Amino acid sequence: MKFSILVNEGPFTHQCSDSAYQFTKAALEKGHEIFRVFFYYDGVNNANKLAEPPTDDRNLTANWSALAEEHGVDLVVCVAAALRRGLKDDILASGFRISGLGQLIEAGIQADRLVTFGD
Amino acid sequence: MSDNNEAPPPIPPDDDEDEFGVIKKFCYVNRKAPYGTVYALESLEMVLIAAAFDQDVSVVFMDDGVYQIKKDQDTTAINMKNFSPTYGIIEMEKEDAEEDEDMDMVWRIIVEKESMEARGLTPDDFKVEVEVLSSDELAKVMAEQEVVISG
Repeated sequence: MKFSILVNEGPFTHQCSDSAYQFTKAALEKGHEIFRVFFYYDGVNNANKLAEPPTDDRNLTANWSALAEEHGVDLVVCVAAALRRGLKDDILASGFRISGLGQLIEAGIQADRLVTFGD
Repeated sequence: MSDNNEAPPPIPPDDDEDEFGVIKKFCYVNRKAPYGTVYALESLEMVLIAAAFDQDVSVVFMDDGVYQIKKDQDTTAINMKNFSPTYGIIEMEKEDAEEDEDMDMVWRIIVEKESMEARGLTPDDFKVEVEVLSSDELAKVMAEQEVVISG
């Protein structure tokens, strides 16, 4: 099946991004296709490479980047939500790209299922 | 006529799936009060983008989300931008789509009856014309959707 994923919360206050990451990883391991992961609301903070969580904790930004590198997953950050939160290209972690909300609509159209992770 | 007996060239693969020719049923579920969190504002921005893609869009207001479209909002005391006039754009898009026979776009603006009544509101309290559906009716509408986005 072809999935798109919507991530609506940042990497720490909520479990949202952890759940989205685990779901995406499991889907890929089962042979499903991930058309795109779209980051909206505080979800854009997942793409901030300046974040330095304690070393004994998971690093979701690095995990998402690794998923992009290993599986070519398209990680798209909403530009309007990103600008509000000070997230720009020069602090964008590898594997992420900034684009418009149209990419979310396209993700909904192209995938068999769009799965939302939020609060 | 060619006397060449070779098989005709293969039909090129169908690349229509890269086109936006598909119309899907999108549902945006708004459950949060308009101020206090950013969900209402950024959800509205999402809905407005939907207008650029001729899709079948249902915008649902339920729980405290019904306050998002309440008339006469005054945010001066909390120093926040009153973005409620922007919901009028959804209504304008809806009217345009209904009038233009060439437009495939469908808009529905739905308020959940139980949420509205629990907050002492009536359809006259809203800035836009709404369809009021009971929780059971709304559940049926949601079951028909292909993409449900909640904020």
